Amino acid sequence: MSDPRSIFLKDATVTSADGTQRAFIRKALGGYYVNRDLQKARYRDWERARDAAALAKWNAVNDLAVVLEQFTANFERNGGVVHWARDAAEARAIILGIAEKAKAKAIVKSKCMTSEEIHLNDALEKAGYGVVESDLGEFIQQLRGEAPYHFVFPCMHVKREAISELFTRHLGTPPTDSPEELTMIARRHLRQLYVDADIGITGANFLVAETGQISITENEGNARLTAALPRIHIALSGIEKVVASLDDLSVLLPMLATAGAGQPMTCYNTLYSGPRREDEPDGPEEFHLVLLDNARTRLLADPEQRDALHCIRCGACLNVCPIFKNIGGLAYGTTYQGPIGSVITPHLRGLKQWNHLSGASSLCGACTDACPVRIDLHHHLLHNRRNAAKESPTWFDRAFHHGFSFVIKRPWLFAAGGRIFRATLPLLRKLPLPYMGAWMKTRDLPEAPARSFREQWRHDHA
Amino acid sequence: MRVSLFVPCFVDQLTPRVGVATAEVLTRLGHEVEFREAQTCCGQPSFNSGQWDVARPAAVRALEVFRGAEAVVGPSGSCVAMMRVFYPQLLEGTPHEAEARDLASRTFEFSEFLVKRLGVEDVGARFPRKVTYHDGCHALRELRLKEEPRRLLRAVKGLELIESEEGESCCGFGGLFSAKFPMISTAMAQVKGGALVRTGAEFIVSSDPSCLLQIGGWISREGKVARPLHIAEVLACRD
Amino acid sequence: MPDARSDIFARIREALKVKAPRPHLKGEPVAGMTSTVAKPWLPDGGETTEASLTILAEQLARLKAVLIRVPDQSSAVKAIAELSVAKQWKKVAYHGHASTRPVAAGLGCETWEVDAGFDKQKLESCDAGLTTCEAIVAQLGAILVSSTGSGGRALSILPHAHVVLAEVTQVVPDLGSALALARARHGDRMPSMLSFITGPSRTGDIERILVLGAHGPKELYLVLVG
Repeated sequence: MSDPRSIFLKDATVTSADGTQRAFIRKALGGYYVNRDLQKARYRDWERARDAAALAKWNAVNDLAVVLEQFTANFERNGGVVHWARDAAEARAIILGIAEKAKAKAIVKSKCMTSEEIHLNDALEKAGYGVVESDLGEFIQQLRGEAPYHFVFPCMHVKREAISELFTRHLGTPPTDSPEELTMIARRHLRQLYVDADIGITGANFLVAETGQISITENEGNARLTAALPRIHIALSGIEKVVASLDDLSVLLPMLATAGAGQPMTCYNTLYSGPRREDEPDGPEEFHLVLLDNARTRLLADPEQRDALHCIRCGACLNVCPIFKNIGGLAYGTTYQGPIGSVITPHLRGLKQWNHLSGASSLCGACTDACPVRIDLHHHLLHNRRNAAKESPTWFDRAFHHGFSFVIKRPWLFAAGGRIFRATLPLLRKLPLPYMGAWMKTRDLPEAPARSFREQWRHDHA
Repeated sequence: MRVSLFVPCFVDQLTPRVGVATAEVLTRLGHEVEFREAQTCCGQPSFNSGQWDVARPAAVRALEVFRGAEAVVGPSGSCVAMMRVFYPQLLEGTPHEAEARDLASRTFEFSEFLVKRLGVEDVGARFPRKVTYHDGCHALRELRLKEEPRRLLRAVKGLELIESEEGESCCGFGGLFSAKFPMISTAMAQVKGGALVRTGAEFIVSSDPSCLLQIGGWISREGKVARPLHIAEVLACRD
Repeated sequence: MPDARSDIFARIREALKVKAPRPHLKGEPVAGMTSTVAKPWLPDGGETTEASLTILAEQLARLKAVLIRVPDQSSAVKAIAELSVAKQWKKVAYHGHASTRPVAAGLGCETWEVDAGFDKQKLESCDAGLTTCEAIVAQLGAILVSSTGSGGRALSILPHAHVVLAEVTQVVPDLGSALALARARHGDRMPSMLSFITGPSRTGDIERILVLGAHGPKELYLVLVG
């Protein structure tokens, strides 16, 4: 019972039955819906703005070799150092190497899902570095020893009482039920850490090819501090984050904020082009960028789902997803939760092991409508299901669908089968049949009518 | 117009009254209605399970069944979406692609057919009850139908339409999803079904009989009072 | 074994041999600069200066940033002095600039110009940071600061409050205009940091309840001259 599918089924069964927790998540998202709609209404044409955002990403992703080359040339010209990592292990080794060379002790991090993807904190801690997450949500999750619940709202599932208790235990602060006071506790605690840290690690939301800048989006100011005070700045980014021009951000930055958090813009959207310049009073002496593949090129090689690389990690698809809202983020067992996670995880980590996430969807399509860069999310879940059925079919599925197909190709058999089904339905209800048994545990089936439609029709039109 | 009925397989077997009501409304509006008995299932269960090679022959069969039909009308957003949106994808690159596109252009969901194709909103129905409406996701997001069923309902004499919270949320049916992941599906039914019940409506109306199976199944198990009803059944009601 | 860079580029080139379909768009694809193409679809930034200023004021109010409009430089000096008294600021760090120096001189508390370099710990203990800016985006209520023009990276983020002193002429309608302005002004030699500041620092990480001053300034003042 340790394969991802079994763990998912077990966890999702527990979490989806927890009505209190589900209500808590819905309530937490309530304000987001209101603000998102308010901000979307300010767009003179949100749908066309989505077109522009989608095209900006489509152009870059489909010309990735060229824009990436241009980006890195400009980045290096600005004084930064580019490192390339084919996979997670290489990325970890590069970052450990930089830390070792710098004789670093303390490392402060701002929110970076790519670092979750490569399990960077574990590696750094094992090597003896003190690593502190500075984003409030990530800081809380780090203290809890738990992965982020939502890749934009990492601790949205944790109640304030639990946070208060956590802070009391780890930081020795008095209990409080005020979110404001809890935030101030973290603020006071973390401020000294920025000052003391040797290395600041951030992610990157966009890499601008035209200028060689990286763009970081945040609300708290922790990324700004992480990139301002330590003497070394390391940014970690997937190769797909590149966009062609600075101008593309005029659409992408506001849309990221509106779709993801219901804001006109997040508080800080910062472009970094290099280490401290001689004519600047502060900033890091070194600026490193680790560019990670880690199976992104595998997704790139699938033209049908290549648009999944357009993702700007806004989290809008999670916020509207009924699956996410009912099972919660941890049940996915992935770095990226929700619809986008269910689409890309099979590519990043193996279709056979992770296809169940594509199956665990009613295909309602709310995600696709919410996506600011028009990723065809729910249809990609269908594509994953198709690819999995081709690559690693299960005998039960094959037998079931071939059997079904045998029946529906023969109208007489379909009619006869239907008759038997209706006649024996009272008995069938009591049997532990596959699918029907699972359905009947929580829902009723209607009484079977005496006549099917086709029988009725024949009767009426005889 | 000569209308060929596309009756979903589970409507055929479990809720034939939906098919009967669909035919009744169309006949009342002066159209000639036919039912081609060779039709069975559109193949969506296999398609959605990833078994495209199994679904393909079912799609090809449907093309044959409905060949030459002037208009194919189905009382299900989901099954119509299968024909309209997914057949052309499923049959892309096969000799059947062109015919799939042709069938797609002739296939309509029931409320869509009335409002968009026929330009009818008032079908002369009377139903003096409080109802709430559930948008099936396929109708809403694959076929982009939202106003069509509402216009039809608003024109029904005596009918009071109450919108619910969770208006565009999925009921959790999703075909075999509801049986493969019953716990998630049930949680979704609780959320959507709960919101629909809270409107105080006597009837939960939808253009999708599969959603009604899910919502109705949950309501029945939970002992709630609201009853599921297909929009065709509402429109078939007269004095 | 080829190095990682060549390997990754080889994979990319191989992957891109097959073209991907264009995304399903609502309208026709339009060629050209993204900001120009998308301008009529994005939030309005105002066609005239007056309109832009109205939008800016609305945005800043919604962001809980404070806009102080003054007619001239000497009134700015006075307004900021009054603010520092009201807020009981004891130590204010500032970016040395022709416009900020008279303000610093007018404050009745300890002031300190950071441009020649500074002690991080000392800056952390400041009540407020005073900077200029590169531009102000009406459309979003965003203030563009830079590491060269606003006293470095830390001054606008580390002290408890941030005061921005700017001229009305620095207001641009939208984000696209601000980015174009930065591009034109700095060319190939961009400041190492350009940051759009949209309201005081905030978080919603605890139960999605908004709290101001997560890590950066709790208060943001824009003093607009003219």
